[in-house]
Amino acid sequence: MTKTDYDLVIIGGGPAGLTAGMYAARARLNVVLIEMAAPGGQVLVTDWVENYPGFPEGITGFDLVDKMAEQAKKFDLEIITDEVMSLDTSNPVKKIKLSEKEITCHAVIITTGASPKKLGVPGESNFFGKGISFCATCDAPFFKEKTVVAVGGGDTAVQEAVFLTKFVNKVYLVHRRDELRATKILQERAFANDKIEFVWDSVVTGFEGLFGIDGVNVKNLKTNEEKKIAADGCFIWVGIDPNTTWLGDSVETEYGFIVVNDHMETSVPGVFAAGDVRKTPLKQIVTAVGDSAIAAVSAEHYLDNLER
Amino acid sequence: MSDILEVNDDNFEAEVINSDKPVLIDFWAPWCGPCRAIAPIIDELSKAYDQIKFVKCNVDDNPVTPGKYEVQAIPTLLFIKDGKVADSITGMVAKNKLEETIKKLL
Repeated sequence: MTKTDYDLVIIGGGPAGLTAGMYAARARLNVVLIEMAAPGGQVLVTDWVENYPGFPEGITGFDLVDKMAEQAKKFDLEIITDEVMSLDTSNPVKKIKLSEKEITCHAVIITTGASPKKLGVPGESNFFGKGISFCATCDAPFFKEKTVVAVGGGDTAVQEAVFLTKFVNKVYLVHRRDELRATKILQERAFANDKIEFVWDSVVTGFEGLFGIDGVNVKNLKTNEEKKIAADGCFIWVGIDPNTTWLGDSVETEYGFIVVNDHMETSVPGVFAAGDVRKTPLKQIVTAVGDSAIAAVSAEHYLDNLER
Repeated sequence: MSDILEVNDDNFEAEVINSDKPVLIDFWAPWCGPCRAIAPIIDELSKAYDQIKFVKCNVDDNPVTPGKYEVQAIPTLLFIKDGKVADSITGMVAKNKLEETIKKLL
């Protein structure tokens, strides 16, 4: 087998990457995990995780992922803090370009996750950090006793809208349909919360304000009626975009999500993907870690079958 | 444990505005997961760049300073040179991007 810097490189340090790392480290592979910032990923912005088995009292996103990192490091997983710029899969030996150097390996597991989707309406980028947020646990306390708008109807939007009511006086939950997609228990909590007012069939069209937000413009899709909701903040949870732009066309993707088979194999031999970055019907911590165990074992088999 | 100086509303002027060196302020709070996650990276950078003064400000205990700089989201890093804001970063970013911004301050 051609000599490389590592057998296996895992790209991304959320729950998926940390789990793959733990499995690979326990298999005693020559493995490294590359994370551009701190291990954690999207889970870090989750105040409370109550559907991850083993924690009946629930656990904060930070604590859960901190424990995952601790567990992976216990088996001597090496973690490099750097950004992956590109992946070259044109040869069996893969080349990974980091910010200042290049490393080589035989197998790669991509676990770069996803980022909150933006609305793509005027004012959104300007007001990010100045009234617009994607993280209730980070920023809700800045809006104590104020009025905010939350956008979305899935699990994240509904759970976080309920969390916001611990701080704010009022949440307008703007959703483009007339019913929520969130899991039933979350819906029950939101409907029972008298600080939440639902703005159905509506989308955000823009933001008003000088230095911060003082209003959110919404449009009703059924009546075409437009109105301004007076609010000091807006929290956006309308889904996620996969973190795959750095990949170029090195592996097959669909709407940006990496296409894999049951073994978490991508279109390129030796390249695997797991977690939110892959095309999957369910994006949860519990599915991400399950994917990753499969990906790590598949990578191990791939390495075993290479000519040594 | 971190050696980074914790500044507050009372000593902000003396420690930050009147600092001879450029200052990086990390606005954080104990309930903010991303803030806790990036703390070790900031720590590491503070050891690598002694030409810059690294401080942190707990937004929970200090309502005035974040308000003055219109900080409404954390983590927010402000880069202050000669008492004025030279740059700012909100949210988690790659360590190398953070380092690039720090180098611009020098």
